[in-house]
Amino acid sequence: MSDDVILRIDNLRKHFIVGRKGIIKREPITVKAVDGVSFDLQRGETFGIVGESGSGKSTIAYITMGMYLPTSGTISFNGRDLFERGDRRPLDLRKEIQIVFQDPGSSLNPRRTIRQILDLPLSIDQPEKDRLTEIIRLLEMVDQPPEFMHKYPRQLSGGERQIVAIARALATNPSLMILDEPTSALDVSVQGKVINLLIRLQRELNLTYLFITHDLSVMRNLATRVAIMYLGRVAEVAEAEHFFESPQHPYTQMLLSSIPVLTEAEEALRPAQIRSTGEIPSPVDLPSGCSFHTRCPQVMDHCRHVDPLMVPIDVTDSDHIVRCHLFDQPNGQVQS
Amino acid sequence: MTQETPLLDIRDLSVHFHVYGGVLKVLDRINFHVLPGERVGLVGETGCGKTTTMKTILRVLPSPPANIPGGEIFFQERDVLKMSQRELVHMRGQGISMIFQDPTAALNPVFSIGQQLTAVIRYASPENRNLNKNQLRERALQALRQVALADPERLLDSYPVQLSGGMRQRVCIGMALATQPGLLIADEPGTALDVTIQDQVLRLLQNLVEQRGNSFILITHTLGIVRQMTDRVYVMYAGNMVEVAPTRRLFTNPLHPYTQGLMDAVPRLTGGGISEGIPGRIPDYMDPPSGCRFSSRCPHAMPVCSREKPPVFRVEGPADESHEVACFLYDDAQKVSNYKAEAVPV
Repeated sequence: MSDDVILRIDNLRKHFIVGRKGIIKREPITVKAVDGVSFDLQRGETFGIVGESGSGKSTIAYITMGMYLPTSGTISFNGRDLFERGDRRPLDLRKEIQIVFQDPGSSLNPRRTIRQILDLPLSIDQPEKDRLTEIIRLLEMVDQPPEFMHKYPRQLSGGERQIVAIARALATNPSLMILDEPTSALDVSVQGKVINLLIRLQRELNLTYLFITHDLSVMRNLATRVAIMYLGRVAEVAEAEHFFESPQHPYTQMLLSSIPVLTEAEEALRPAQIRSTGEIPSPVDLPSGCSFHTRCPQVMDHCRHVDPLMVPIDVTDSDHIVRCHLFDQPNGQVQS
Repeated sequence: MTQETPLLDIRDLSVHFHVYGGVLKVLDRINFHVLPGERVGLVGETGCGKTTTMKTILRVLPSPPANIPGGEIFFQERDVLKMSQRELVHMRGQGISMIFQDPTAALNPVFSIGQQLTAVIRYASPENRNLNKNQLRERALQALRQVALADPERLLDSYPVQLSGGMRQRVCIGMALATQPGLLIADEPGTALDVTIQDQVLRLLQNLVEQRGNSFILITHTLGIVRQMTDRVYVMYAGNMVEVAPTRRLFTNPLHPYTQGLMDAVPRLTGGGISEGIPGRIPDYMDPPSGCRFSSRCPHAMPVCSREKPPVFRVEGPADESHEVACFLYDDAQKVSNYKAEAVPV
């Protein structure tokens, strides 16, 4: 792997105070939405984050965008701290990171035309340029005719709206795009068009994608590396192929065996012996030790007390790391 | 194939909606049946009329705007469209139960689970109205136990907000089965849930349906779920039934270009990239094409497709399986024989 890191997330934490308990002390009740997450994005790759609702995957995206300040930890972009000036992120850094949201029905202003929607980021980023030409160029880039700019979002189908949202994200020439469930709200017959557009744009513009989804089948076909999250923590990171062919963490195995599939070849990939059991615990009251121990089929006694560290699955493969006591932990807690 | 009398039989049903600006011709002469004990899937994308079909069966579509210009729906050999209000209440109480997509919206937030469950049981049939408090409570507990919910006693006094999404959907399943319905309809039962929870809920539903030998209709847009849970599948596109086949057959040998496009569009866990999907968009229901409603997006469209509505062709597969498709591609004998040559042995 090349060592051209564009985004480095280091021990990121985001705790939300959701209420207080006690009459005198008023101790805060916190939700640990993101709790000690670290990973690097290589330039030009598609790094996927998978997780169920409440796993913290969108919170990571929003922190990277600057919508929240982290509780602790750092994110650096091309070596530059994204929070060097707190929430006052300089414009030249803002334009580099753009986001596409899940639901284009609510992320586009219904009272503006497509032209107005695309004009806003341009007016901030390149006020001196001929913005009309630039809008036409943006539409061309996403395979839409220039007449498109006179329409309102309600006149477009869901897929077309998402394409406009992608064009808007491209307006400032970003180098990193965060895709937060970009196809979850779309029908499967139009999903392919949007994903293939994203793949083509990545190639043409040398974009790096941070791709967030709960759909593992989409992830398989798009990501170069995948991280799986459970309750605010990363459970496993691997290259996409390894991830799907030899999932190691029991949660990954459970997730893979839960997906409904279409063919027998896919069925063969699912670790069928792991059946989904139990409920996802409340993020307010996380289990002690490994947070997955309440649902894990291979739970051992010390999983309930000791929180495992991220370790490589073996010495030869340092790119495939997993947070689980089934694998050798560095401080001598060797498990067979 | 044995000639059983279907439990539910929809014949040439059309449903229109009269709205400001015109008439939305949503369902267009659809045929659909469910045999006793059969598990039937209904797949299609957003806005194809799946939910409208089910709401028409239960007669819960508000009319106006809905209007039924033609067709018949037989449930247990009685025409639902001609039923009196009293008969309808009886059918909804004991005949057909429904599980909805969003359990949060399906449960009333201001009543406890116990209050809602006992109300359902109490009004399901005239006999149940004579049950006393303890008997009702016992029946409600049974309903919760069969959906594998822990501590049902305490649950009866809880409110929906205190439960997780998966638990709420289990409560809804328990509620739907509490009245011993002849037919169970599940409309996207797992879509609002997380993948691992969806898997649990669907497996529970599958086991219950199998144990009780219930007739079952599963409505969904996720093809993988249909493959896992049904015996026979209907594919719907823009208010038309375009194809129906036994589940295994449909997944190994889809015939209609729409079904083929849809299956092709689903990303695979085995990788290999994602297809472009189906170009174009669903037609306007106010002014649908006079021919095949899929013709404008179809890669195999012929001149006849935009002129005439395709009839249903029955393509006989091996092992006496009936496979029906509404597409002119299967009009001529040659195509049918081509298909036979390609057929996968069962």
